[in-house]
Amino acid sequence: MEHFLSLFMRSVFIENMGLAFFLGMCTLLAVSKKIDAAMGLGVAVVVVQTITVPANNLIFRHMLKPGALSWLGYGDLDLTFIGLICYIGLIAAIVQILEMVLDRYFPALYSTLGIFLPLISVNCAILGGSLFMVERDYTFAESVVFGFGSGLGWAMAITLLAAIRQKLVYSDVPAGLKGLGITFMIMGLMALAFMSFSGIQL
Amino acid sequence: MSSPKDVLLNPIFNRNPITLEILGICSALAVTSKLETVTVMALAVTLVTAFSSFSISLIRERIPSSIRIIVQLTIIATLVIIIDQLLKAYAFSVSKQLSVFVGLIITNCIVLGRAEAFAMKNPPLLSFIDGIGNGIGYSLVLFAVGFLRELFGSGTLFGVTVFKTINEGGWYLPNGLLLLPPSAFFLIGFIIWGIRTWKVDQVEKEG
Repeated sequence: MEHFLSLFMRSVFIENMGLAFFLGMCTLLAVSKKIDAAMGLGVAVVVVQTITVPANNLIFRHMLKPGALSWLGYGDLDLTFIGLICYIGLIAAIVQILEMVLDRYFPALYSTLGIFLPLISVNCAILGGSLFMVERDYTFAESVVFGFGSGLGWAMAITLLAAIRQKLVYSDVPAGLKGLGITFMIMGLMALAFMSFSGIQL
Repeated sequence: MSSPKDVLLNPIFNRNPITLEILGICSALAVTSKLETVTVMALAVTLVTAFSSFSISLIRERIPSSIRIIVQLTIIATLVIIIDQLLKAYAFSVSKQLSVFVGLIITNCIVLGRAEAFAMKNPPLLSFIDGIGNGIGYSLVLFAVGFLRELFGSGTLFGVTVFKTINEGGWYLPNGLLLLPPSAFFLIGFIIWGIRTWKVDQVEKEG
Protein backbone atom coordinates (compact mmCIF):
# COMPACT_ATOMS: atom_id res chain seq x y z
CA MET A 1 0.00 0.00 0.00
CA GLU A 2 2.78 2.36 0.97
CA HIS A 3 4.46 1.67 -2.36
CA PHE A 4 1.35 2.76 -4.26
CA LEU A 5 0.91 5.89 -2.15
CA SER A 6 4.50 6.84 -2.82
CA LEU A 7 4.07 6.21 -6.56
CA PHE A 8 0.92 8.33 -6.53
CA MET A 9 2.56 11.28 -4.80
CA ARG A 10 5.54 10.99 -7.10
CA SER A 11 3.43 11.06 -10.26
CA VAL A 12 1.35 14.02 -9.05
CA PHE A 13 4.05 16.29 -7.64
CA ILE A 14 7.65 15.25 -8.16
CA GLU A 15 7.31 13.93 -11.69
CA ASN A 16 4.47 16.20 -12.74
CA MET A 17 3.68 15.57 -16.43
CA GLY A 18 3.23 19.24 -17.25
CA LEU A 19 5.80 21.00 -15.13
CA ALA A 20 8.60 18.46 -14.75
CA PHE A 21 8.48 16.63 -18.10
CA PHE A 22 6.84 19.37 -20.18
CA LEU A 23 4.31 17.11 -21.82
CA GLY A 24 1.03 18.40 -23.18
CA MET A 25 2.52 21.87 -23.46
CA CYS A 26 0.63 22.83 -26.61
CA THR A 27 -2.75 22.31 -24.98
CA LEU A 28 -1.48 23.66 -21.67
CA LEU A 29 -0.62 26.97 -23.33
CA ALA A 30 -3.53 27.13 -25.75
CA VAL A 31 -6.47 26.25 -23.46
CA SER A 32 -5.40 28.06 -20.30
CA LYS A 33 -7.02 31.43 -20.96
CA LYS A 34 -10.21 30.66 -19.00
CA ILE A 35 -10.27 28.71 -15.76
CA ASP A 36 -13.55 26.87 -16.57
CA ALA A 37 -12.24 25.52 -19.84
CA ALA A 38 -8.95 24.58 -18.18
CA MET A 39 -10.70 22.58 -15.45
CA GLY A 40 -12.95 20.85 -18.00
CA LEU A 41 -9.94 19.77 -20.02
CA GLY A 42 -8.15 18.74 -16.83
CA VAL A 43 -11.00 16.41 -15.81
CA ALA A 44 -11.11 14.93 -19.31
CA VAL A 45 -7.36 14.24 -19.17
CA VAL A 46 -7.68 12.50 -15.79
CA VAL A 47 -10.45 10.26 -17.13
CA VAL A 48 -8.69 9.38 -20.40
CA GLN A 49 -5.30 8.88 -18.74
CA THR A 50 -6.77 6.56 -16.07
CA ILE A 51 -8.27 4.38 -18.83
CA THR A 52 -5.53 4.43 -21.48
CA VAL A 53 -2.43 3.81 -19.37
CA PRO A 54 -3.73 0.54 -17.84
CA ALA A 55 -5.20 -0.51 -21.20
CA ASN A 56 -1.86 0.04 -22.92
CA ASN A 57 -0.23 -1.80 -20.05
CA LEU A 58 -2.37 -4.85 -20.87
CA ILE A 59 -1.47 -4.61 -24.56
CA PHE A 60 2.22 -4.32 -23.75
CA ARG A 61 2.25 -7.21 -21.23
CA HIS A 62 0.08 -9.65 -23.11
CA MET A 63 0.77 -8.94 -26.77
CA LEU A 64 3.98 -7.02 -27.44
CA LYS A 65 6.53 -8.02 -24.79
CA PRO A 66 9.19 -10.56 -25.83
CA GLY A 67 7.66 -13.98 -25.20
CA ALA A 68 4.16 -12.64 -24.55
CA LEU A 69 2.73 -14.59 -27.47
CA SER A 70 4.35 -17.90 -26.49
CA TRP A 71 0.88 -19.47 -25.99
CA LEU A 72 0.38 -19.07 -29.74
CA GLY A 73 3.58 -20.91 -30.43
CA TYR A 74 5.71 -17.83 -31.20
CA GLY A 75 8.24 -18.42 -28.44
CA ASP A 76 10.35 -15.28 -28.15
CA LEU A 77 8.63 -13.03 -30.66
CA ASP A 78 9.42 -9.40 -29.79
CA LEU A 79 6.79 -7.01 -31.09
CA THR A 80 7.76 -3.95 -29.04
CA PHE A 81 8.80 -2.08 -32.20
CA ILE A 82 5.20 -1.67 -33.33
CA GLY A 83 4.30 -0.44 -29.84
CA LEU A 84 3.95 3.21 -30.84
CA ILE A 85 1.29 2.54 -33.44
CA CYS A 86 -0.67 0.28 -31.06
CA TYR A 87 -0.64 2.80 -28.22
CA ILE A 88 -1.73 5.75 -30.33
CA GLY A 89 -4.36 3.63 -32.08
CA LEU A 90 -5.77 2.51 -28.74
CA ILE A 91 -5.77 6.07 -27.39
CA ALA A 92 -7.57 7.42 -30.44
CA ALA A 93 -10.10 4.58 -30.29
CA ILE A 94 -10.78 4.98 -26.56
CA VAL A 95 -11.26 8.72 -26.94
CA GLN A 96 -13.70 8.12 -29.79
CA ILE A 97 -15.66 5.51 -27.78
CA LEU A 98 -15.72 7.71 -24.69
CA GLU A 99 -17.11 10.53 -26.78
CA MET A 100 -19.92 8.32 -28.12
CA VAL A 101 -20.75 6.85 -24.68
CA LEU A 102 -20.89 10.28 -23.08
CA ASP A 103 -23.05 11.59 -25.92
CA ARG A 104 -25.53 8.73 -25.55
CA TYR A 105 -25.79 8.31 -21.75
CA PHE A 106 -24.51 11.51 -20.11
CA PRO A 107 -25.53 14.42 -22.35
CA ALA A 108 -24.87 17.01 -19.62
CA LEU A 109 -21.32 15.81 -19.16
CA TYR A 110 -20.87 15.57 -22.92
CA SER A 111 -21.76 19.19 -23.46
CA THR A 112 -19.04 20.31 -21.03
CA LEU A 113 -16.30 17.76 -21.82
CA GLY A 114 -17.24 16.96 -25.41
CA ILE A 115 -15.32 19.70 -27.15
CA PHE A 116 -12.11 18.76 -25.35
CA LEU A 117 -12.10 15.07 -26.16
CA PRO A 118 -10.80 15.30 -29.75
CA LEU A 119 -7.95 17.48 -28.50
CA ILE A 120 -6.92 14.80 -26.08
CA SER A 121 -6.00 12.09 -28.56
CA VAL A 122 -3.14 14.29 -29.73
CA ASN A 123 -2.12 15.46 -26.26
CA CYS A 124 1.45 14.33 -25.64
CA ALA A 125 0.78 13.89 -21.92
CA ILE A 126 -1.50 10.96 -22.75
CA LEU A 127 0.90 9.17 -25.10
CA GLY A 128 3.79 10.18 -22.83
CA GLY A 129 2.08 8.50 -19.89
CA SER A 130 1.84 5.24 -21.81
CA LEU A 131 5.45 5.47 -23.02
CA PHE A 132 6.77 6.13 -19.49
CA MET A 133 4.70 3.19 -18.25
CA VAL A 134 6.42 0.94 -20.81
CA GLU A 135 9.88 2.37 -20.16
CA ARG A 136 9.58 1.90 -16.39
CA ASP A 137 7.94 -1.52 -16.74
CA TYR A 138 5.03 -0.92 -14.34
CA THR A 139 2.74 -3.77 -13.27
CA PHE A 140 -0.99 -3.47 -13.99
CA ALA A 141 -1.85 -2.13 -10.50
CA GLU A 142 1.01 0.35 -10.66
CA SER A 143 -0.11 1.53 -14.07
CA VAL A 144 -3.61 2.33 -12.73
CA VAL A 145 -2.12 4.43 -9.93
CA PHE A 146 0.38 6.08 -12.28
CA GLY A 147 -2.29 6.86 -14.88
CA PHE A 148 -4.59 8.50 -12.35
CA GLY A 149 -1.77 10.35 -10.59
CA SER A 150 -0.14 11.74 -13.70
CA GLY A 151 -3.52 12.82 -15.08
CA LEU A 152 -4.33 14.59 -11.83
CA GLY A 153 -0.94 16.31 -11.78
CA TRP A 154 -1.47 17.61 -15.31
CA ALA A 155 -5.00 18.81 -14.47
CA MET A 156 -3.58 20.66 -11.49
CA ALA A 157 -0.90 22.33 -13.59
CA ILE A 158 -3.36 23.63 -16.21
CA THR A 159 -5.83 24.88 -13.57
CA LEU A 160 -3.08 26.76 -11.72
CA LEU A 161 -1.77 28.29 -14.93
CA ALA A 162 -5.26 29.39 -15.99
CA ALA A 163 -5.83 30.97 -12.57
CA ILE A 164 -2.61 32.97 -12.85
CA ARG A 165 -3.37 34.03 -16.42
CA GLN A 166 -6.81 35.30 -15.43
CA LYS A 167 -5.26 37.53 -12.77
CA LEU A 168 -2.71 38.71 -15.30
CA VAL A 169 -5.38 40.74 -17.12
CA TYR A 170 -4.78 43.52 -14.62
CA SER A 171 -1.04 43.73 -15.18
CA ASP A 172 0.86 45.93 -17.61
CA VAL A 173 2.88 43.62 -19.83
CA PRO A 174 5.32 44.94 -22.49
CA ALA A 175 3.66 44.77 -25.93
CA GLY A 176 5.92 42.07 -27.41
CA LEU A 177 5.48 39.79 -24.42
CA LYS A 178 1.69 39.92 -24.36
CA GLY A 179 -0.10 36.59 -24.54
CA LEU A 180 2.26 33.78 -25.45
CA GLY A 181 5.52 35.38 -24.29
CA ILE A 182 4.47 36.12 -20.75
CA THR A 183 2.79 32.71 -20.49
CA PHE A 184 6.15 31.11 -21.20
CA MET A 185 7.71 33.16 -18.42
CA ILE A 186 4.96 32.11 -15.98
CA MET A 187 5.44 28.46 -16.93
CA GLY A 188 9.17 28.83 -16.29
CA LEU A 189 8.58 30.24 -12.82
CA MET A 190 6.00 27.54 -12.05
CA ALA A 191 8.40 24.83 -13.22
CA LEU A 192 11.12 26.28 -10.97
CA ALA A 193 8.69 26.21 -8.05
CA PHE A 194 7.79 22.60 -8.79
CA MET A 195 11.47 21.65 -8.81
CA SER A 196 11.44 22.14 -5.06
CA PHE A 197 9.54 18.85 -4.89
CA SER A 198 12.37 16.95 -6.55
CA GLY A 199 14.52 14.89 -4.24
CA ILE A 200 11.67 14.28 -1.82
CA GLN A 201 11.44 10.57 -1.11
CA LEU A 202 8.37 9.10 0.52
CA MET B 1 -2.39 29.62 -54.47
CA SER B 2 0.88 30.73 -52.97
CA SER B 3 4.19 30.05 -54.65
CA PRO B 4 6.46 27.24 -53.42
CA LYS B 5 9.00 29.80 -52.25
CA ASP B 6 6.49 31.53 -49.96
CA VAL B 7 5.32 28.18 -48.66
CA LEU B 8 8.91 27.28 -47.80
CA LEU B 9 9.96 30.59 -46.26
CA ASN B 10 6.80 31.75 -44.52
CA PRO B 11 6.97 29.38 -41.54
CA ILE B 12 10.52 30.42 -40.71
CA PHE B 13 9.83 33.91 -39.33
CA ASN B 14 6.37 35.09 -40.35
CA ARG B 15 4.39 32.09 -39.18
CA ASN B 16 6.89 30.22 -37.03
CA PRO B 17 5.23 27.10 -35.58
CA ILE B 18 6.73 27.53 -32.10
CA THR B 19 6.64 31.26 -31.49
CA LEU B 20 3.34 32.10 -33.18
CA GLU B 21 1.19 29.02 -33.54
CA ILE B 22 2.08 27.33 -30.22
CA LEU B 23 2.82 24.01 -31.91
CA GLY B 24 5.38 21.42 -30.90
CA ILE B 25 6.54 22.98 -27.69
CA CYS B 26 6.97 19.91 -25.48
CA SER B 27 10.01 18.64 -27.31
CA ALA B 28 11.43 22.14 -27.74
CA LEU B 29 11.84 22.31 -23.98
CA ALA B 30 12.91 18.82 -23.15
CA VAL B 31 15.67 18.07 -25.67
CA THR B 32 17.47 21.42 -25.92
CA SER B 33 20.13 21.10 -23.23
CA LYS B 34 22.61 19.70 -25.79
CA LEU B 35 23.13 20.53 -29.46
CA GLU B 36 23.67 16.89 -30.34
CA THR B 37 20.16 15.88 -29.30
CA VAL B 38 18.79 19.06 -30.88
CA THR B 39 20.26 18.11 -34.26
CA VAL B 40 18.77 14.64 -34.19
CA MET B 41 15.40 15.88 -33.02
CA ALA B 42 15.27 18.71 -35.59
CA LEU B 43 16.14 16.31 -38.43
CA ALA B 44 13.61 13.74 -37.25
CA VAL B 45 10.77 16.24 -36.93
CA THR B 46 11.52 17.87 -40.31
CA LEU B 47 11.59 14.53 -42.09
CA VAL B 48 8.44 13.24 -40.40
CA THR B 49 6.53 16.46 -41.10
CA ALA B 50 7.59 16.58 -44.74
CA PHE B 51 6.87 12.94 -45.53
CA SER B 52 3.64 12.73 -43.56
CA SER B 53 2.31 15.88 -45.26
CA PHE B 54 3.32 14.38 -48.59
CA SER B 55 1.63 11.02 -47.99
CA ILE B 56 -1.50 12.49 -46.43
CA SER B 57 -1.84 14.92 -49.29
CA LEU B 58 -1.56 12.05 -51.78
CA ILE B 59 -4.64 10.33 -50.35
CA ARG B 60 -6.47 13.44 -49.15
CA GLU B 61 -9.45 12.93 -51.43
CA ARG B 62 -9.97 9.34 -50.31
CA ILE B 63 -9.98 9.91 -46.52
CA PRO B 64 -13.51 10.08 -45.04
CA SER B 65 -13.50 13.10 -42.77
CA SER B 66 -14.97 11.26 -39.76
CA ILE B 67 -11.96 8.96 -39.38
CA ARG B 68 -9.29 11.29 -40.73
CA ILE B 69 -7.51 11.74 -37.37
CA ILE B 70 -6.90 8.00 -37.03
CA VAL B 71 -5.70 7.73 -40.64
CA GLN B 72 -3.32 10.66 -40.15
CA LEU B 73 -2.04 9.26 -36.86
CA THR B 74 -1.39 5.87 -38.44
CA ILE B 75 0.68 7.41 -41.24
CA ILE B 76 2.63 9.57 -38.78
CA ALA B 77 3.17 6.71 -36.33
CA THR B 78 4.55 4.51 -39.11
CA LEU B 79 7.09 7.19 -40.08
CA VAL B 80 8.07 7.72 -36.44
CA ILE B 81 8.60 3.99 -35.94
CA ILE B 82 10.97 3.96 -38.93
CA ILE B 83 12.94 6.89 -37.46
CA ASP B 84 12.96 5.29 -34.01
CA GLN B 85 14.31 2.00 -35.37
CA LEU B 86 16.96 3.80 -37.45
CA LEU B 87 18.12 5.75 -34.39
CA LYS B 88 18.27 2.62 -32.27
CA ALA B 89 20.35 0.92 -34.94
CA TYR B 90 22.81 3.69 -35.82
CA ALA B 91 22.81 6.21 -32.94
CA PHE B 92 21.95 4.21 -29.86
CA SER B 93 23.32 6.62 -27.24
CA VAL B 94 21.40 9.58 -28.68
CA SER B 95 18.26 7.48 -28.88
CA LYS B 96 18.66 6.61 -25.17
CA GLN B 97 19.04 10.30 -24.29
CA LEU B 98 15.94 11.28 -26.23
CA SER B 99 14.05 8.43 -24.50
CA VAL B 100 10.32 8.86 -25.02
CA PHE B 101 10.62 12.07 -27.00
CA VAL B 102 11.19 10.27 -30.30
CA GLY B 103 7.90 8.46 -29.80
CA LEU B 104 6.27 11.71 -28.86
CA ILE B 105 6.94 13.14 -32.34
CA ILE B 106 3.65 11.36 -33.16
CA THR B 107 1.75 13.77 -30.96
CA ASN B 108 3.97 16.72 -31.83
CA CYS B 109 1.33 19.19 -32.86
CA ILE B 110 3.44 20.51 -35.76
CA VAL B 111 3.11 17.24 -37.65
CA LEU B 112 -0.61 16.78 -37.15
CA GLY B 113 -1.27 20.51 -37.35
CA ARG B 114 0.34 20.81 -40.79
CA ALA B 115 -1.38 17.62 -41.98
CA GLU B 116 -4.75 18.98 -40.90
CA ALA B 117 -4.29 22.61 -41.89
CA PHE B 118 -2.26 22.32 -45.08
CA ALA B 119 -1.87 18.83 -46.50
CA MET B 120 -5.61 18.10 -46.52
CA LYS B 121 -6.17 21.02 -48.90
CA ASN B 122 -3.04 21.21 -51.07
CA PRO B 123 -1.26 19.03 -53.65
CA PRO B 124 1.49 16.63 -52.52
CA LEU B 125 4.58 18.52 -53.67
CA LEU B 126 3.49 21.81 -52.09
CA SER B 127 2.63 19.97 -48.87
CA PHE B 128 6.08 18.40 -48.84
CA ILE B 129 7.67 21.87 -49.17
CA ASP B 130 5.38 23.18 -46.45
CA GLY B 131 6.51 20.33 -44.19
CA ILE B 132 10.18 21.14 -44.84
CA GLY B 133 9.55 24.85 -44.17
CA ASN B 134 7.82 24.22 -40.87
CA GLY B 135 10.53 21.76 -39.91
CA ILE B 136 13.15 24.45 -40.55
CA GLY B 137 11.20 27.02 -38.56
CA TYR B 138 11.00 24.58 -35.67
CA SER B 139 14.67 23.64 -35.99
CA LEU B 140 15.82 27.28 -35.93
CA VAL B 141 14.15 27.96 -32.58
CA LEU B 142 15.47 24.66 -31.24
CA PHE B 143 19.01 25.44 -32.37
CA ALA B 144 18.89 28.95 -30.88
CA VAL B 145 17.73 27.62 -27.51
CA GLY B 146 20.11 24.64 -27.61
CA PHE B 147 23.08 26.87 -28.54
CA LEU B 148 22.53 29.22 -25.60
CA ARG B 149 21.82 26.42 -23.14
CA GLU B 150 24.85 24.32 -24.02
CA LEU B 151 27.28 27.23 -24.38
CA PHE B 152 26.41 28.99 -21.14
CA GLY B 153 25.21 25.96 -19.23
CA SER B 154 28.22 23.72 -19.69
CA GLY B 155 30.68 25.80 -21.73
CA THR B 156 30.68 23.48 -24.73
CA LEU B 157 29.24 23.32 -28.24
CA PHE B 158 28.48 19.87 -29.70
CA GLY B 159 30.49 18.50 -26.77
CA VAL B 160 33.64 20.48 -27.76
CA THR B 161 34.91 22.78 -25.02
CA VAL B 162 34.57 26.48 -25.87
CA PHE B 163 34.72 28.03 -22.42
CA LYS B 164 36.98 26.04 -20.10
CA THR B 165 35.05 25.60 -16.85
CA ILE B 166 36.50 26.14 -13.39
CA ASN B 167 36.11 22.44 -12.56
CA GLU B 168 38.53 21.61 -15.39
CA GLY B 169 40.99 24.32 -14.33
CA GLY B 170 39.68 27.07 -16.63
CA TRP B 171 37.99 30.38 -15.89
CA TYR B 172 34.32 29.92 -16.76
CA LEU B 173 31.77 29.37 -14.00
CA PRO B 174 28.91 27.52 -15.75
CA ASN B 175 25.37 28.71 -15.16
CA GLY B 176 23.65 25.61 -13.81
CA LEU B 177 20.17 27.04 -14.28
CA LEU B 178 20.55 26.78 -18.05
CA LEU B 179 20.92 23.01 -17.83
CA LEU B 180 17.57 22.75 -16.06
CA PRO B 181 14.44 22.52 -18.21
CA PRO B 182 12.73 25.69 -16.85
CA SER B 183 15.43 27.85 -18.45
CA ALA B 184 14.08 26.84 -21.88
CA PHE B 185 10.80 28.54 -21.00
CA PHE B 186 12.58 31.82 -20.30
CA LEU B 187 14.71 31.57 -23.45
CA ILE B 188 11.73 30.87 -25.70
CA GLY B 189 9.85 33.69 -23.97
CA PHE B 190 12.69 36.08 -24.81
CA ILE B 191 12.90 34.79 -28.40
CA ILE B 192 9.16 35.45 -28.81
CA TRP B 193 9.65 38.93 -27.36
CA GLY B 194 12.47 39.57 -29.83
CA ILE B 195 10.53 38.35 -32.88
CA ARG B 196 7.46 40.35 -31.92
CA THR B 197 9.44 43.52 -31.38
CA TRP B 198 10.83 43.06 -34.88
CA LYS B 199 7.53 42.01 -36.52
CA VAL B 200 5.01 44.18 -34.67
CA ASP B 201 1.94 42.68 -36.38
CA GLN B 202 2.41 39.44 -34.41
CA VAL B 203 1.67 41.14 -31.07
CA GLU B 204 -1.48 39.78 -29.44
CA LYS B 205 -4.25 42.27 -28.78
CA GLU B 206 -5.07 41.25 -25.22
CA GLY B 207 -3.95 38.72 -22.82
